[in-house]
Amino acid sequence: MAKVRGDISIDIEKCKGCELCVVACPQDAMALAKDINKQGYHYAVLVEDVCTGCTNCSLVCPDAIITVYREDKKSGEKIPVAEVRNVTGDIHITVGAEEDAQ
Amino acid sequence: MENSMHEVEHHYDEMSVVCERPSTLLDARMHYCPGCGHGVAHRILMEAIEELGIQEQTVGVAPVGCSVFAYHYMNVDMQEAAHGRATAVATGIKRCLPDKYVYTYQGDGDLAAIGTGETVHTVNRGENILIVFINNAIYGMTGGQMAPTTLLEQKTSTTPYGRESSFMGNPLKITELLAQLPGAFYVTRQAVNTPVNVRRAKKALLNALKYQKLNKGTCMVEIVSNCPTNWGMKPVEANEWLVENMLPYYPLGDMKVPSKEDIENA
Amino acid sequence: MGELRLMKGNEALAEAAIRAGMDAYFGYPITPQSEVLEYLTREGYNRTKCTILQAESEIASINMVYGAAGAGARVMTSSSSPGISLMQEGLSYIAGAELPCLVVNINRGGPGLGTIQPSQGDYFQSVKGGGHGDYRLIVLAPATVQEMADFVEEGWDLADKYRNPVMMLSDGALGQMMEKVELREQRDRTARKAPEWATTGKPVERDRNFITSLFIKPEEMEQVNLHLQEKYRTIEANEIRVQEMDTEDADFIIVAYGLSARIGHKVMEIMRAEGVKVGLIRPITLWPYPYATIAKAAEHVKGFLSLELNAGQMVEDVRLAVNGRCPVGHYGRMGGIIPSPEEVVEVLKDMYSKIQ
Repeated sequence: MAKVRGDISIDIEKCKGCELCVVACPQDAMALAKDINKQGYHYAVLVEDVCTGCTNCSLVCPDAIITVYREDKKSGEKIPVAEVRNVTGDIHITVGAEEDAQ
Repeated sequence: MENSMHEVEHHYDEMSVVCERPSTLLDARMHYCPGCGHGVAHRILMEAIEELGIQEQTVGVAPVGCSVFAYHYMNVDMQEAAHGRATAVATGIKRCLPDKYVYTYQGDGDLAAIGTGETVHTVNRGENILIVFINNAIYGMTGGQMAPTTLLEQKTSTTPYGRESSFMGNPLKITELLAQLPGAFYVTRQAVNTPVNVRRAKKALLNALKYQKLNKGTCMVEIVSNCPTNWGMKPVEANEWLVENMLPYYPLGDMKVPSKEDIENA
Repeated sequence: MGELRLMKGNEALAEAAIRAGMDAYFGYPITPQSEVLEYLTREGYNRTKCTILQAESEIASINMVYGAAGAGARVMTSSSSPGISLMQEGLSYIAGAELPCLVVNINRGGPGLGTIQPSQGDYFQSVKGGGHGDYRLIVLAPATVQEMADFVEEGWDLADKYRNPVMMLSDGALGQMMEKVELREQRDRTARKAPEWATTGKPVERDRNFITSLFIKPEEMEQVNLHLQEKYRTIEANEIRVQEMDTEDADFIIVAYGLSARIGHKVMEIMRAEGVKVGLIRPITLWPYPYATIAKAAEHVKGFLSLELNAGQMVEDVRLAVNGRCPVGHYGRMGGIIPSPEEVVEVLKDMYSKIQ
């Protein structure tokens, strides 16, 4: 079975090279670049084409600069993105301690 | 450093975005040190506000401390409070704008040292606000001095030989203390050191903001965080130190959770 | 004509606040002004649905005022000297963030815990700063229960006009004494709209508002200070309030504000009856201070007496205004003692004989 395909883009000029994404990547697909950005940091890059779009790197990124992309597992087509911006409908209240997301 | 490194070919146009910077977080480079947990906490708080669609109805309060400039990043109406007084400022806002979502974002020095009085009384009154409490066991902005939450034996610039309880007191579990108060509605301790913990912390923030609509009391989300710079570690090491030292003393989990009746009778 | 009532100064102040459309009051009990909070908790919410909250301290109170003012509310707090001391940090922040609010000080004797009796020992604190940094409070000094009521709405209007905190500096005697007071009509508090800079939640069409007094870059901080100073010059040019009584033909002038002005007025009457032409200048705004009025009078009088319930604070401003053109004396009692007019007459006669 083909692996889920994912990709990331990094706003490298905002990257501070903290390396948390590198450690968080379950595919070991990330590393710090040899080059430095304008701030003087070795910025994070995707170095192996094995990204699954799991979002771990983006979740732990303290500078919120990693965008994660993913391809649908079966069809290889685009998957719909949960569009939640500026929804002003009623907020649903859930009960008690909930199980962790995912 | 990856010496034989090559950048992979990207396929963005063939895929969909599944995770990105929330629109509620301004497109500014944050001033925090590399690896600092503040950035993650900012992002998940802003994601929660974005997902609930409450950006227009939210007013935040920034503290004094490293996150004093939170209003440069959070794209909601905000006020900058005097050191320790964020919950008093939030009380003033919420009492005048009871239909808005009001939150404070405070560090350990702000909330648990200079502002302990305001914090305790705000929760005791059950003000319908969200308190986001960032605990990294040190004073970041002023250069790494002892915080009320500094661990025993932890070295800081004002405990150069380690914190010693008979002389410098004990690390303050203020969140446990606040959870005892009748005015507290939802109290939880989370962390942002791993992807799973980030997801959990965001869920807690989402719940806390949802609960605010019930007008049933104060919600508080403590986030155990790091301070690589003042702990004197690389960010990755700091998160390891956090797991080994912070989490045993500040265990993660809910301390006070609303019951089904609490919510249904609201 | 508005409704007439016989009221304590503190109660008249509270009643006037409700009628002026107050949105919120945050305060902490302290003698001799606790009636303000008591009156408001009894009457405020029931009549206009305004917020009245007993805070855990004066520090919390003033920071709640900051939050409410930043949210666009018409807000006030009141306290007495030690409590006002606790509020100084908050006042500096409020002035720095340019938030409009009203702060009432029912001045009691100090220093320290002092006494609960009336004093004017907080003049310096009110007009010269008190808190840190280059800021000014607009300071109104009532001398009657009527003025304690009137200066509430006028204070708020000034605060809104200039986005600046306003202090009403009264004292324990005026707060506790009963006088006839004419009350204004009830304002519709819902008719007042929050200013556009207030943090009321960011609509899509506007950028976020933020309230702050933090400007870490020196160039920016200097510009903020220059802006504040320009505002203060405008206030000085437009808002000085002073009452002159029989100053035109006077050979000698008493300068006094608030409670002291009432004593000064009696002294003036006694002296006039004895043939000595004494006049009275009563500053109503202590900042901005009526330097020009005093300077003008200094052209033709033989001397001034600054009459205060303190060790000599306002006398420094009188001397600045007189600028050496004639002698300036001071008489004051401290610790909650209110001098009798006769006692002041003796002082004045002694001083007057020396400068003849």
